[in-house]
Amino acid sequence: MSEFERPPIDPDVDLHVPAERRELRPRPWPVLAAISAGGVLGALARYGLQSAFPHPATGFPWATFGTNVSGCLLIGVLMVLVTQVWPGRALVRPFLGVGVLGGFTTFSTYVVDIQQAAVAGAARVALAYLALTLAGAMVAVWAGASLTSRLVRPGATAGRSPDEPTADPGGGGR
Amino acid sequence: MTILLVALGAAVGAPLRYLTDRAVQTRHDSVFPWGTLTVNVAGSLLLGFLVGLPAGPAATAVLGTGFCGALTTYSTFSYETLRLVQTGARFAALANVLASVVVGLGAGFAGLALALALTA
Repeated sequence: MSEFERPPIDPDVDLHVPAERRELRPRPWPVLAAISAGGVLGALARYGLQSAFPHPATGFPWATFGTNVSGCLLIGVLMVLVTQVWPGRALVRPFLGVGVLGGFTTFSTYVVDIQQAAVAGAARVALAYLALTLAGAMVAVWAGASLTSRLVRPGATAGRSPDEPTADPGGGGR
Repeated sequence: MTILLVALGAAVGAPLRYLTDRAVQTRHDSVFPWGTLTVNVAGSLLLGFLVGLPAGPAATAVLGTGFCGALTTYSTFSYETLRLVQTGARFAALANVLASVVVGLGAGFAGLALALALTA
């Protein structure tokens, strides 16, 4: 099986994919520089949104919610493109996926905003934010991968390769 | 100035996520995304600590918004969970969601508590 027929589990880096295992050789700097530059762009976009739409401790963190859900939609789109349309372009995943989208979305701010809302006495906001981000992110990544797969290869579903089984009888996934 | 500090933190945080993920996968071959869980928990611990101090505006920009924000990721977490479901590893997908949220929140509170203990 070609290494591109089955998309990786981890979009940052998946050492089960031979090309990703090798991507720091012979020199690590091109990949690390692409990730770093992308991370700066993603983080600045997130910072811009957070500054434009600030929220009180007891309010719903709409900026980070929008950042995380839209970033999940885009990683779904990107990973289908990277694995099925641009398999040979070595720096696209590091720059756009690991860098821009990884730097744009954030787990630490999600966690601390939940905690800040809870500490400030807004338990319902904390719970709603926790659940809506999780649900929104999962629907968004599925929708992004699914729609892009259909556009790229009519008949395929949700970023899955045509030859990939729905369930792995071994349960291990690979 | 704040923009430069955010950029500086992110320039280090994003590649550190990638390198940590590689290092964890090298030592621990598994279908479960331990590498991403590691960076998300570590970043939540540090951000909880910074908020608990509380850190000043410059340290918050470089370490919080920049470094922790770029070190941790929601896009990688969600895509991994989708891929685990697609490959039939539904238990691992559910475990990834529960572990990330529960351990992430625990780490955030631990960081906050540590900062409060140190500054008390």
